[in-house]
Amino acid sequence: MSAFGLHEPGSSVLHRAPAGPSLLFVLVFAATTVALSSPWWLGGACALVAAGFLVARIPLRRVWPLLRTLALLVVLILAVQWWFLGPAQALVVCLRIVAALGVASLFTLVTRVEDLVDAVERALGPLRRFGVDPERVGVVVGLTVQAVGTLAGIAGSVREAARARGAERSITAFAVPFVVRTLRYADELGEALAARGWGDRGADDVTRADTRSNFN
Amino acid sequence: MIEFEGVGHRFGERVVLDGVDLRLTQHRVAFVGANGSGKSTLARMVNGLVVPETGRVLVDGVDPARHGPAVRRRVGFVFTDPDSQIVMPTAGEDVAFSLRRSDVPRRDRAARAARALAEFGLDGYAEHPAHQLSGGQKQLLALCAVLVGDPDVLVCDEPTTLLDLRNKRRFAERLTGLRQQVLMLTHDLDLLDDFDRVVVLDGGKVVADDEPGPAIAHYRDLCR
Repeated sequence: MSAFGLHEPGSSVLHRAPAGPSLLFVLVFAATTVALSSPWWLGGACALVAAGFLVARIPLRRVWPLLRTLALLVVLILAVQWWFLGPAQALVVCLRIVAALGVASLFTLVTRVEDLVDAVERALGPLRRFGVDPERVGVVVGLTVQAVGTLAGIAGSVREAARARGAERSITAFAVPFVVRTLRYADELGEALAARGWGDRGADDVTRADTRSNFN
Repeated sequence: MIEFEGVGHRFGERVVLDGVDLRLTQHRVAFVGANGSGKSTLARMVNGLVVPETGRVLVDGVDPARHGPAVRRRVGFVFTDPDSQIVMPTAGEDVAFSLRRSDVPRRDRAARAARALAEFGLDGYAEHPAHQLSGGQKQLLALCAVLVGDPDVLVCDEPTTLLDLRNKRRFAERLTGLRQQVLMLTHDLDLLDDFDRVVVLDGGKVVADDEPGPAIAHYRDLCR
């Protein structure tokens, strides 16, 4: 299971919150963490996210992979930022990342992708007159969230295969099959979407009714 | 009715289809042939995923090469690997995804998807991560997600290749009694007994086209 993405069913107040306002909150929250520079305020933002996980009653089995991934990321970024910018700035950058990734992850855990796609479609509805296709953008957003989990799954199985061949330390043994499988996934996803009518832009010159009458 | 008129196609230098002429009027038609015989390319031409280099395909008089979107709305496609076809994280969301461009109102989609899942023996799985279902359940989900859109033609590209015997039979049972015209590409010859017609392809050409018994016998001879 991936650290990020994949809905965790529940009935908490966060699960029941409408997807549109929740998405807006996540965007504002993430933007605010970028604007903040006080480690105290950023620490408070991280505490708020942690409280969100408790309120949503996200089980530890789902939180643990996220914590593990975040810890690895924070250690790497902390080391680099400390080297270039010093300890105070490194702490600020890391707190920002934890708060932003944490709130985004919490959002994907409590929000069904279907509801997210609906929310994006509704929000972009008024832009239809300017040539924006809200359904298409909504589906792209939904597929992006879904792809995070899928790519993590591919990475996991590639790592497993490399370990089975005793090549767990080989970058090539990971990178080559990962890239090949990712490209194949993209290719197959594109074909599946096209088969389900999502690769088609705009109206066709044969309407659904025309075709239906031809088929019957 | 699906018609192939002098259909030819090549990938690079390799000829995958060579002057195929077929008129498929039967309700259940199967295509068999060795790997690389051109079955999958032929199937993808039915909904315009592949456009023939020569000749044309007509689906009830409509050319998918010219009217792809219109044809794809009426032709459902089930792929070999259901993981390639499932695009949403949970089973319920994936079925509901197929209803997005239908007449079903947004508020009714989840309930409609749950009903469709129940019809396919997947009741209670609406919130289940789709990619964590068993292989057989995933292929049933893929079929359910296609049929919920009520297509007129169903194309199945080796849908049982990754399934065990029990799930192969379960999947085949779901195909019987459908109102849709079914085009099935398969290597599972024992699933074809009740098909109306079996077309054997070899090297991009139709080498046999008959009822299941004689066509399968021809294919077995070909494989010796």
